[in-house]
Amino acid sequence: MKFAVLVFPGSNCDHDCYHALKHVLGISVDFVWHGDRDLTRYDVVILPGGFSYGDYLRAGAIARFSDVMKGLDQHIRKGGYALGICNGFQILTEAGHLPGALIQNRSTKFICEDSYIKAQTGDSFVTSKCGVDDILKIPIAHKEGCFVADEDTLDQLDRENRVVFRYCDQEGNVSELANPNGSARNIAGIISESRRVAGMMPHPERVCEEELGGSHGLTIFQSVMEVFN
Amino acid sequence: MIARITVTLKPGVLDTQGRAVHDALKTLDQATIDGVRIGKYIEVKLDETDIMKARTAVKEMCDKILANPVIEDYSIEMDSEG
Repeated sequence: MKFAVLVFPGSNCDHDCYHALKHVLGISVDFVWHGDRDLTRYDVVILPGGFSYGDYLRAGAIARFSDVMKGLDQHIRKGGYALGICNGFQILTEAGHLPGALIQNRSTKFICEDSYIKAQTGDSFVTSKCGVDDILKIPIAHKEGCFVADEDTLDQLDRENRVVFRYCDQEGNVSELANPNGSARNIAGIISESRRVAGMMPHPERVCEEELGGSHGLTIFQSVMEVFN
Repeated sequence: MIARITVTLKPGVLDTQGRAVHDALKTLDQATIDGVRIGKYIEVKLDETDIMKARTAVKEMCDKILANPVIEDYSIEMDSEG
């Protein structure tokens, strides 16, 4: 089992992901620069958070055309796994690997705070170690995190059990009040039709050690590891 | 030739910038404002004399990069004098 963490100009959560995977979980992981095309050695590709290409034009819009994204297309076509976190989620939607789009938060503000999210299904490579309705405390840090899609797409995501996380309050109530950014149907993370590509706005890599404020992020990475056990 | 491209959010997609500017405009106490939408203006210079060819190329640029069809619409104005 080998992980790649992609590095775009402006990625800034790449080292956090690398640290959580390598030093906390003991996983074999490499950084892969955006100019490389070869991802054939990897089982799981992580697209980390940050501001790739300065978020110019739209968040994720320019990164989508990096050479490494051609390698990612091939990786996904061959059945490889990919997880986009925050800016990585934005890149995956821009690239068409995930439906919908991430637009500016309803409040117009950059939000950096703990969020509570509820696993919606155990049938995904990011939630297999979560119980359905498990509540995870995982921080968000974004200005463009409001998930939007047309009603048909939202219905399809629900029908196909492809919403993996929804924002909720500390008690697990999924409500407007617990929706930090205005995302449609409180969506915090989704998975592709193939169930091998996932995107989420919260940052699990930031909460993998109690010393850093929590360890709920581990559940997500341990779910990914479970695929290979 | 210059292509002048306007990208706007589709109707119904929340425009937070537009809403904030709307609120600011209301403080002027002038005409009644029904709504404000903010978009992007992009100029692309092309080394092409055939306006139809140029328009087709620009349309592809809009579909693939300059606009996100999930949330945005665009319009193109070709200026052969530019």
